[in-house]
Amino acid sequence: MIPELGHFALISAFSIALVQGIFPMIGAHKGISGWVAMAKPAALAQFLFVSIAFGLLAYAFQTNDFSVAYIANNSNSALPAVYRFAAIWGGHEGSLLLWMLMLTGWGAAVAVFSDRLPPEMVARVLSVMGLIAIGFMLFILFTSNPFDRLPVPPMDGRDLNPLLQDPGLVIHPPMLYMGYVGFSVAFAFALAALIGGRLDGAWARWSRPWTVVAWSFLTIGIVLGSWWAYYELGWGGWWFWDPVENASFMPWLMGTALIHSLAVAEKRSVFKSWTVLLAIFCFSLSLLGTFLVRSGVLTSVHAFATDPTRGVFILGFLAVVVGGSLMIYAWRAPQVKSTGTFELFSRETILLANNILLVVACISVLLGTLYPLLIDALEMGKISVGPPYFNSVFVPIMIPLAFLMVLGPMVRWKGDSIMNLVRTLRVVFITALIIALLAPWLLYGETAPLAVLGTFIGVWVVLGTFLEMYHRVRNKVNIWQGLKNLPRSYYGMVIAHLGMAVVIIGITLTSHFSDERDLRMYPGDQKELGGYLFTFEGVHQQEGPNYTASVGVIRISKDGKEVTSLDAAKRTYRVQTMPMTEAGIDSNLFRDLYVAIGDSLGDGSWAVRLYYKPYIFWLWLGGFMMGIGGILAASDRRYRIARRIKQDAPEQASTAVA
Amino acid sequence: MNPKQRNRLILITVIVVCVGIAVTLAGIALKENINLFYNPTQIAAGEVPKDASFRVGGLVVEGSVRRNPGDLKVTFELTDGAEQVTVHYEGILPDLFREGQGIIAQGRMNAEGHVNASEVLAKHDETYMPPEVQDALDKAGNIEDAAAPGTSSKPAKGY
Repeated sequence: MIPELGHFALISAFSIALVQGIFPMIGAHKGISGWVAMAKPAALAQFLFVSIAFGLLAYAFQTNDFSVAYIANNSNSALPAVYRFAAIWGGHEGSLLLWMLMLTGWGAAVAVFSDRLPPEMVARVLSVMGLIAIGFMLFILFTSNPFDRLPVPPMDGRDLNPLLQDPGLVIHPPMLYMGYVGFSVAFAFALAALIGGRLDGAWARWSRPWTVVAWSFLTIGIVLGSWWAYYELGWGGWWFWDPVENASFMPWLMGTALIHSLAVAEKRSVFKSWTVLLAIFCFSLSLLGTFLVRSGVLTSVHAFATDPTRGVFILGFLAVVVGGSLMIYAWRAPQVKSTGTFELFSRETILLANNILLVVACISVLLGTLYPLLIDALEMGKISVGPPYFNSVFVPIMIPLAFLMVLGPMVRWKGDSIMNLVRTLRVVFITALIIALLAPWLLYGETAPLAVLGTFIGVWVVLGTFLEMYHRVRNKVNIWQGLKNLPRSYYGMVIAHLGMAVVIIGITLTSHFSDERDLRMYPGDQKELGGYLFTFEGVHQQEGPNYTASVGVIRISKDGKEVTSLDAAKRTYRVQTMPMTEAGIDSNLFRDLYVAIGDSLGDGSWAVRLYYKPYIFWLWLGGFMMGIGGILAASDRRYRIARRIKQDAPEQASTAVA
Repeated sequence: MNPKQRNRLILITVIVVCVGIAVTLAGIALKENINLFYNPTQIAAGEVPKDASFRVGGLVVEGSVRRNPGDLKVTFELTDGAEQVTVHYEGILPDLFREGQGIIAQGRMNAEGHVNASEVLAKHDETYMPPEVQDALDKAGNIEDAAAPGTSSKPAKGY
């Protein structure tokens, strides 16, 4: 009964999506205020029904209802309760339901927080989101219904993929989806503005906080995913250039370009059609990501589910969304006029350079990700593109980008003097260079050109950002009061930029100064790495709720003093008989000690991984700073006040464009 | 040409040049970092170029895994049902590496016609078969369904 109710709730949500997608759009066009007013209640009702469906699926998971095919395939009565909850998005059908929950949740949020927007604008935005919902609802109802019953229910479920039985998986996908799907709001705002013919600074200001929040969630989702891969896949890598990682990284790159170009569109009313185009691409890449992950076209560690009919549907949907929105763009964008002008050396130009670098980076990732698929589709053989490609293309693009991060906030809008800037930043440049030349050498007694370059860029951004902050308050009577008066969006930017610097320094130091050894060890064997002495104590057996584990104990000491004792386990899950490595990690701000065990080699010895990884924690730290910076920026008072002012003069704004 | 147009012209020229350079570099990098996939039959026929990194996929032959005493060197055979190829590897094998499982190895040919693998990949799903391996098996045509025992699901290939 419960699953049928869930199915019914989904059908209801679909019907509401039809109403939400069609009537408000026509109403806004023809000026029928009753139809315009339908948008908000429809968005809220749709969210309610999808939530009900989601809640019922969660309930069915908790009560181990194995008559539901999806639950029988992804859960087990021995699975701990928290993973029975996370298992909702452990497979294809449930992931899509989570996608829908996020989409309607964003829609409901727009409905609630848009009191100060013109009703036609809200109607168009929610209508576009309704149209997206229609597509996904059709997809769920016809190809991927999570409530499908089995004719003969099994005694017990096939269990959740052991790889996914981890706290990281409880939060990683929801965060990632919040980001992915959040870009639908930016997309909907862009299309609504195009259709309504009011592509102005006000549109950019409305759209900006939504986009930044979505970007923040995506950032945190990617960081969590990287962290999860680091400790769960058992070999200490944190980024693989795996197509599924690229699938989330491409919208992130495009989204980063978008939030910067929205800033220009808001403040200076230029780059408007470019910004709209970025919003369209950004959401299209989110859809492409869904397609890549969910259609099974990829050979990848993430490719769990495979079913081509679903792939064809998403591909078709993608074509409709991209094609349709580009057509609207081609039809309306020529009417958009840039009102501002700017000199060659100005903040506008720097942000334009930022945009181009990010888009080029995104295209290079896209090329490396899709090229093997294209070659395969054309029957020209099977190939794979390795991480060296991505590293050799990506790193050279990121260096100028990070370099510009200091210039962006410092150079004035409209135009500035290069000589002044050189004079200001000379000291920062030289200081950063000296630190970069000395620091790796002092820390590790060795250095490398790329280590110097990476450290230089990181230190350059940190020093430059603080110098710029000082410039903002140096003429104030009271510096502390001046710092207090700087807007929250400014601090958001500073924290995000510093976060990027932290990530760069972390990547540089961990890539150059990690010590990684795979060894054959007998109980009692010792090995020294990065100044730490690792002692292999042997392996014992342990029973978990739904697995048995071989646990290797590795004692670590430094200068004769015990540092820690780590358990590195190899679990075998009972239902899927699948082995899983659980690494033992001792982490602090300056280094991780990472141990994992491989196979028993027969004569009492084991394959053992011992890693010393300096500064790797900075990757996650910096990533979280970026996410938090984004949320801080989006919560700025200015967006709320600005809405109030714009509400007084919506008519002027629209006539100015028309 | 007024200053605004001149600025725009300079900007566009710079953008076109930079993007052109980036695309060229990306193209070169792509060309150098492509790993072609071969099946054991193609390797036996000598189709693999010397000094190139490539990938080979197949099933690990039952009873072929031999470990070297004292270190982590391991040797095993891969088959596509028709031919076999010997693979050498040093390091820790992935969790799901076992005899009878479909895996992919990346590496180069050595003088004896064996593969020196730098990387061994096995997918994190007991029923999952890398599409390349499935394809190689289908081409050789000797094994009906190579999924792990006790399962019936045959993963779809990409299209």
